[in-house]
Amino acid sequence: MSVDQVALAEELAGSSAGAGHVASADVAEYALRLGDDALVLAQQLGMWISYAPELEEDIALGNIGLDLLGHARTLLHYAGTATGRSEDDLAYFRDEPEFRNAWLFEQPNGDFAHTIARQLFASTYLYELYGALSSSTDPTLAAIAVKSDKEVDYHRDHAIQWTLRLAGGTEESRRRMILAVVDTWPYVEELFADDALVERLAAEGVAPLPSSLRPAFDAVIARVFAEAELEIPTGRTAFTASGGGREGRHTEHLGPMLAEMQVLARAHPGASW
Amino acid sequence: MTAPAELSVAALDEHRDEAAQARFDDLIAQDSRIEPRDWMPDAYRKTLIRQISQHAHSEIIGMQPESNWITRAPSLKRKAILMAKVQDEAGHGLYLYSAAQTLGISREEMMQQLIEGKARYSSIFNYTTPTWADMGAIGWLVDGAAICNQVPLCRASYGPYGRAMVRICKEESFHQRQGFEILLELMQGTEAQREMAQDAVNRWYWPSLMMFGPPDDESPNSAQSMAWNIKRFSNDELRQRFVGMLVPQAEALGVTLPDPNLRWNEEKQAYDMSEIDWHEFHEVLAGRGPANAERLRRRREAHEEGAWVREAAAAYAAKQAARKVAA
Repeated sequence: MSVDQVALAEELAGSSAGAGHVASADVAEYALRLGDDALVLAQQLGMWISYAPELEEDIALGNIGLDLLGHARTLLHYAGTATGRSEDDLAYFRDEPEFRNAWLFEQPNGDFAHTIARQLFASTYLYELYGALSSSTDPTLAAIAVKSDKEVDYHRDHAIQWTLRLAGGTEESRRRMILAVVDTWPYVEELFADDALVERLAAEGVAPLPSSLRPAFDAVIARVFAEAELEIPTGRTAFTASGGGREGRHTEHLGPMLAEMQVLARAHPGASW
Repeated sequence: MTAPAELSVAALDEHRDEAAQARFDDLIAQDSRIEPRDWMPDAYRKTLIRQISQHAHSEIIGMQPESNWITRAPSLKRKAILMAKVQDEAGHGLYLYSAAQTLGISREEMMQQLIEGKARYSSIFNYTTPTWADMGAIGWLVDGAAICNQVPLCRASYGPYGRAMVRICKEESFHQRQGFEILLELMQGTEAQREMAQDAVNRWYWPSLMMFGPPDDESPNSAQSMAWNIKRFSNDELRQRFVGMLVPQAEALGVTLPDPNLRWNEEKQAYDMSEIDWHEFHEVLAGRGPANAERLRRRREAHEEGAWVREAAAAYAAKQAARKVAA
């Protein structure tokens, strides 16, 4: 599972995919949403490296973070073609209200169970999304989706395996996993919200309507939860967060995360690294 | 007359040990590999467990100073390279723990020795990484020194160790090139970036030379390790080789190595250099370096906070196995 020179070369080539194609304003905005989802999640998974419960997980979470960072780079690169900005311009020199990620991705790592719950919902959603996006009429988005879907399939498998282990392990791990599901579930709804942009793109066959991905997502989660003997939250703690990430409104977690991510790049504007 | 049964068994054991020792000596003399199933002297086994587990611990603790910059890496490309690198180090730790496990010690036991402060790891990781340029200096100098130390270990007499080192060395040389490239980019950048690079080289140069260990006349374990074909070159030989590699690279980078007395001595066919500050080396070794407490605290914290996860995985695996038996 180690990233050797060859595997890394492929990751680093990320930003060359889609070279030559210039995204339209709508496609750029859409790529920004997907790119920010991936970037913010990669940033958080990177924090686990050297803190994970076992060495195998330092490697696995690092691997998943690295895949997501690769997706983010390609998507941001493509988004930037519309306005002549680079992936780094977009990652490091936009402020919080210009970020377009959904709230799920900016929820903090928490304990390992919270990270796994976030991974389960994120990767199940991303798997359905990239699967549908693979037949996009936009050839660049389609190419990115084909590559990403294979990787996200592994991410989803990793999250499912750990959901089963934690829910079916010890009393302590089960208690934590149930709590993690309760805390994370409110952020699922936003992933499947349609708006004017995705409706325009769906009409052109560029992107699937997020709402169209929901039945497949629900079916997978239902299967995993049945095996894990977990339940979708109901009652007083079954919240649904309002969302707003696609319009640049965020939870309190994104600002500090960006401040940390951007601090060095912003201290040396114009520098090359 | 019949000898008591135990006596003859003891005699037989002794005879068998002698034969095994002779076979072991023979394998070493032929420069062949010792494999886990082969008989080996206890001292050889202990030396290897100590060295391989220390090496594994160094990889694991060594993840910390670099992971410090993953969240702040100044470009997405650098972030990807750094994440991959730190992840590689976890992988190296895994191969090495596995190699040590073939000698009859468990990973849990080794981890316990580490977090209780009973096991050593390379002192270099007790230094801190205040700037981004430290990512370059660690790659260039620390990984560079590690390579000089480790390439000969690919031929170490113990098979699993030698084989693990072959894989590790390949990745390390890639890391070193990445470090060099970080510094090169900085040296070709702004005034502030060049200063950052030189400052990092100033801070990491001497500690990286200390990585080869004390001078040959003060290195207690070296002779036996060389006799066993675990170690192939002396500390001072390797240090010279490393400096010889650095000098032209420093010139290419445009950085100054912080030793005014560093020059080639044609007569000795070696570099003259200032005396290394062994007091600093011993201070850091004794636990009085910049980050000894922090490194161990963090490893302990990760280990303890992860205990419930490891327990859950074990409990789940046991339940699955029981279910399979019942079915």
